[in-house]
Amino acid sequence: MSLSPSNETLTELVLENAVVGYDGKAIVTEASFQLGEGEIGCLLGPSGCGKSTLLRAIAGFEPLISGSIQVNNKTISDENHTLSPEKRQIGMVFQDIALFPHLTIAQNVAFGLTDWAKQEADERVDYLLNLVGLSGFQSRYPHSLSGGQQQRVALARAIAPKPKLLLMDEPFSGLDAKLREDLVPEIRAILKHENMSALLVTHDQMEAFAMADIVSVMDAGEIHQTGKPYDIYHQSKTRFVAEFIGHGDFLPSTVCGVNCVHSDLGEIQGDLNHGLEDNLAVDLLVRPDDILHDDDSEFLGEIVSKWFRGSHFLYRVKLASGKKVYCFASSHHNHQVGQSIGLTVNLDHLVLFPR
Amino acid sequence: MLDSAHTSSKSNWLKVAAVVIAAALSLPILVVLTNVLIGDGEVWNHLYRTVLSDYISNSLILMLGVAIGAFAIGVPCAWLTSMCEFPCRKLLSWALLLPMAMPAYIIAYTYTGIFDFAGPVQTFIRDVTGWRYGQYWFFEVRSLGGAIAMLTLVLYPYVYLMSRASFLEQSANTLEVSRTLGYSSQAAFFKLALPLARPAIVTGITLVLMETLADYGTVQYFGVNTFTTGILRTFYGFGDVTGASQLAGVLLLFVSVLILCERYSRHRIRYHSSGLKKASSRRIPLTGLSAFFTTVFCWLPILLGFIVPVAVLAYWAAFKANLPGEEFIQLAWNSFYLAALAALIAVSLALILSYAVRLHRGRMINASVGLAGLGYTLPGTIIAIGTIVPLAWLDHRIIELVKYYTGEKVGLVLSGTLVALLFAYTVRFMAVSLGAIQDGLGKIKPSMDMAGRSLGMTPSKVLTRIHVPLLKGSVLTAILIVFVDVLKELPATLVLRPFNFNTLAVRAYELASDERLIDAAPASLMIVLVGLAPVILLSRSISSRVEHSK
Repeated sequence: MSLSPSNETLTELVLENAVVGYDGKAIVTEASFQLGEGEIGCLLGPSGCGKSTLLRAIAGFEPLISGSIQVNNKTISDENHTLSPEKRQIGMVFQDIALFPHLTIAQNVAFGLTDWAKQEADERVDYLLNLVGLSGFQSRYPHSLSGGQQQRVALARAIAPKPKLLLMDEPFSGLDAKLREDLVPEIRAILKHENMSALLVTHDQMEAFAMADIVSVMDAGEIHQTGKPYDIYHQSKTRFVAEFIGHGDFLPSTVCGVNCVHSDLGEIQGDLNHGLEDNLAVDLLVRPDDILHDDDSEFLGEIVSKWFRGSHFLYRVKLASGKKVYCFASSHHNHQVGQSIGLTVNLDHLVLFPR
Repeated sequence: MLDSAHTSSKSNWLKVAAVVIAAALSLPILVVLTNVLIGDGEVWNHLYRTVLSDYISNSLILMLGVAIGAFAIGVPCAWLTSMCEFPCRKLLSWALLLPMAMPAYIIAYTYTGIFDFAGPVQTFIRDVTGWRYGQYWFFEVRSLGGAIAMLTLVLYPYVYLMSRASFLEQSANTLEVSRTLGYSSQAAFFKLALPLARPAIVTGITLVLMETLADYGTVQYFGVNTFTTGILRTFYGFGDVTGASQLAGVLLLFVSVLILCERYSRHRIRYHSSGLKKASSRRIPLTGLSAFFTTVFCWLPILLGFIVPVAVLAYWAAFKANLPGEEFIQLAWNSFYLAALAALIAVSLALILSYAVRLHRGRMINASVGLAGLGYTLPGTIIAIGTIVPLAWLDHRIIELVKYYTGEKVGLVLSGTLVALLFAYTVRFMAVSLGAIQDGLGKIKPSMDMAGRSLGMTPSKVLTRIHVPLLKGSVLTAILIVFVDVLKELPATLVLRPFNFNTLAVRAYELASDERLIDAAPASLMIVLVGLAPVILLSRSISSRVEHSK
């Protein structure tokens, strides 16, 4: 799933123009990406964007209409052939956890270890339960565990047979916010410890950023952009990505040079050539941290609303043209709503969308 | 969703099977409806001029009376056992379900035996006072009022169950908020708890009314002319299928209205429930006289609806009844194997339908399952008519065919055998088994199938290692409930049983009709005792629910 072609690691999972759908209707159109060994990827998008469908196709629960899915250079799905899920050695963790209620925790974790020798399987179960912090829970039943504990058992169960790849379908969405905050880095650490390639599906960008090395943003069945979280935030390729990830505003601007635009906040220089013609009307993506409060600036804006965030203030500011943008200010700069403050732009890349 | 990617073509037979089953099970209702539509005005006119107004007014009075009775017993008992603390509360909260085990016709026979002229009560009065027949007034059990009382005594548990669930679900906070706003707990009951429980109470009452409309044994025995007795009299007495069907059609209209009420109020229950689990709320402790009267009030329906009739039946069965042992064993055997066979058929078909829904979600399949479950709302009399008419027609075609090709004469292979009976039972009780199976299958989330597959299990392994162990309980429950329902069923059995084939229920009915009430006691008692099984199951599930909420 790496953007750069110079990626040297052994590629585990490759999707080429995968089209998935029901009854001949495509839900995912031509999805392509690669996931390297030991890498954690994420399909991020709003609900109904097709990310779970794509995940189910990788698991083997949905056939491909066209395109292909390969693991270690072996095709497991194409338009004519779908290797059945049980033959793929791909583990999966589900949104609703789906532990088997009639089996103990140890039996749940050992469920995929039927081919293992008894002693090895027992050792594997003990090792994994220890890894997820649940040693001693072997003979308990799922219903007696908390949601977070159940999800950890589900993870242990999924990685027990040492799958080639782990898929996680919204694994944290059933858990409360605090628990999620603790569990996400914990599970990332476990996966990294096991050098497990994994693909996560979520609609929560904070979860995606905290968990994944590489993120693919999806909307309406299409992968819009694949990249590192930082790049996706600061170099959004499409308007959808710009709007879906973080706060962002589009500042109406005019191109005035190979790396420059003119806007309500003056001329803004970027570090790369944007390659657009002069005088072209464009929208410039500005993030809250791109616009800073500066008492010396000639460009003023009127504060419409404000949020105290501890270390800083987040202001919503109305510019002379009536356009509203977000602005960060250090928490020493406590201004009142209605006051006008000076603004300065501080960004490296110009992210422009022709109007 | 065992294997949505692959077996779609292999498991197509499931889809076909589901549609075929649904079509077969909806045959009786279609037959009745067609007869209503094609019947000529002549019969209709005759019915209208003679008996129809009688049937309608009796049925309406019966429904009104039973509704009021069930409300007056069910709601207060539910409120008291769920919100107050008093002696025996825990015991009472499940014992109030016991009358459900008692078929209405059996309680009717029992009370008739107790209160009629030759019964112990009137005999006692005559012995003490020296009065003779006609010299004193005594109420007549075998009357419309008596029928209302009998049906109320055994049907109020529906209202009790529904309203109790609603009271328990109302968040304690709602009631506590009302207290902080200055309402007394009595005022809170009328202003809040009762309106909040209204959809649940209405649902309970519509269930009661459906059972009331479906009752045949009680009203027939008490000589109250209602639709069900009218249908069978028209059918048997005058051999008039069209007339019987037309009456059944009118009854169907009543039932449809009730079904709509029930659907609507169930829908509203979802809106009214907060979805929050009830916080541990303190029950209002009752002491002194109020505790005494509350306890007595809650014991009364159990006493009258279960303890007294069972005690009397047991006494008669043990010391007075004259029913040869072999005959009783034969009856019990007939009843049990018939019920077991029907339960197995109904549950097997329910499994096919449920898996069809699970694997092929779609309008066609959902409609099929809805259709297959329709029978539960139909009175046994309607199903009986709707079964015998098409099966008799088929039988005559078979006789003609066999005669044409072989020259042999065959009997009624469908309508004259247990086939008709088993078919009618399946129609009537499919919804019960479907409900239990779908409930159980719903707990096996599709993601569990997928988890099994991604852990290396083939679809058949998923079935044996996940579905079978998880579904076992639901299947047994379904079998038990259908078994007991079949055992208690009277009107369809009466119409459809093969010649000289008797069951406990039918024999109890025959003996009661021959004024041999006491001899009917062993069969009746047996039905009641077996009927206790699902009630115990139900009471265990509601008491464990209470444990959970604590």
